[in-house]
Amino acid sequence: MGSPHGHKLHFHGHSWLHRLPAHVKLVALVVFMLTVVATPRGWFPVFGIYLLVLAALVAVSHVPPTYLAKRMVVEVPFVVFALVLPFVATGPRTDVLGISLSEHGLLGAWGLLVKGTLGVLASLLLAATTEPRALLAGLERLHVPSLLVQIMGFMIRYLDVVTDELWRMHIARQSRGFSARDPRQWPVLAKSVGVLFIRSYERGERVHLAMLSRGYDGGVSR
Amino acid sequence: MHVPDGFLDAPTSVATGAVAAVGIAIALRGARRELDDRTAPLAGLVATFVFATQMINFPVGAGTSGHLLGGALAAVLVGPYTGLLCLSVVFVVQCLLFADGGITALGTNILLMGIVTVVVGWALFKITQAVLPKRVSMVAPAAAIGALLSVPVASLAFVGLYAVGGSVDISLGALATAMVGVHTLIGIGEALITFLAVGSIAAVRPDLVYGARPVLAQRTLVLKGAAR
Repeated sequence: MGSPHGHKLHFHGHSWLHRLPAHVKLVALVVFMLTVVATPRGWFPVFGIYLLVLAALVAVSHVPPTYLAKRMVVEVPFVVFALVLPFVATGPRTDVLGISLSEHGLLGAWGLLVKGTLGVLASLLLAATTEPRALLAGLERLHVPSLLVQIMGFMIRYLDVVTDELWRMHIARQSRGFSARDPRQWPVLAKSVGVLFIRSYERGERVHLAMLSRGYDGGVSR
Repeated sequence: MHVPDGFLDAPTSVATGAVAAVGIAIALRGARRELDDRTAPLAGLVATFVFATQMINFPVGAGTSGHLLGGALAAVLVGPYTGLLCLSVVFVVQCLLFADGGITALGTNILLMGIVTVVVGWALFKITQAVLPKRVSMVAPAAAIGALLSVPVASLAFVGLYAVGGSVDISLGALATAMVGVHTLIGIGEALITFLAVGSIAAVRPDLVYGARPVLAQRTLVLKGAAR
């Protein structure tokens, strides 16, 4: 268990971007993304500049672009939504390859895609260059309530423990010939959810007792 | 599904961020009142549980599957304040460490999938519980009702936000129909899983289910053969 270690998205490195304090990166991310979101989607060259800024940061960070590209799959669901937009949006229509599409929808889909992609890329870059522990310290420096930061700390610390527990339950089900195909198997899966809750809650109680026995009084401990 | 960056305009994103911050502040106070110095480890572990639960795929058939959102489930299991706190932490961690959901949409995601599902789920749970007989076996059905409606209401809230700060002019009627239609189906799945999960926990450890406590408090311990 021990202290939080690098999470799945973290890419170990010692670049300038890795060493930058986490609170600076957090503020930069929020300011950058608010600017991106507030930019009118018709200003095409400006988005090129945003992309260049991110590309320069990726280059500085020494995180391989392929590493980031692979992890951009999280945006697939809303890419689908963006692709549907030109067909369903209202307003004047235009013909593309013989298909009637909404002009507003096309522009809107472009806006969604470019802003969403910039957002995913920027967030991935933060996650790749910042260790969880540094991130928590950064949040604390930004005056996020200490209790909230502590809760996040516990969540991150026990993430692998609990997901491993889930994985062991999965293996136990498989080894007994279980395979989930349709809703008829839901009762078994839901019982796993129930067991996972009981185990997680009891683990929380044990952790609390262990903390008390080491002198925890509700204050920050790091 | 998490709302990404750029879905809603900047003023709406900032406003939902402010609402979410107030919601988290209220949840922090409420959770502290209930859990005292157990807040950090317990809320942390329950947040981890919510995160892990969202990774379990429930097959629907024909190769598709869905996962639990867990708003109503968390509210019934650990109470509305702690539940909201845990869900919010999950969204923050998903956003910052997993790039899931845009950072400018973080407030929107916490508002829709955290505050709305927890408040609606909990309110309906309490109303249903008041109507149904006061038995531990009635906790799971009441939780299911909460889960059933919390999801379509959250999707309706999304349509409302889209009407205020949406980036593309889609016909709102069509959007509402599509969103509520799809999310009613998701709500049915959510209700079934919540029913089964709460039922399985209430069967073995009813003392851990926050929503079952008023019912348990009414129980009297009868020792047969002890009176002599």
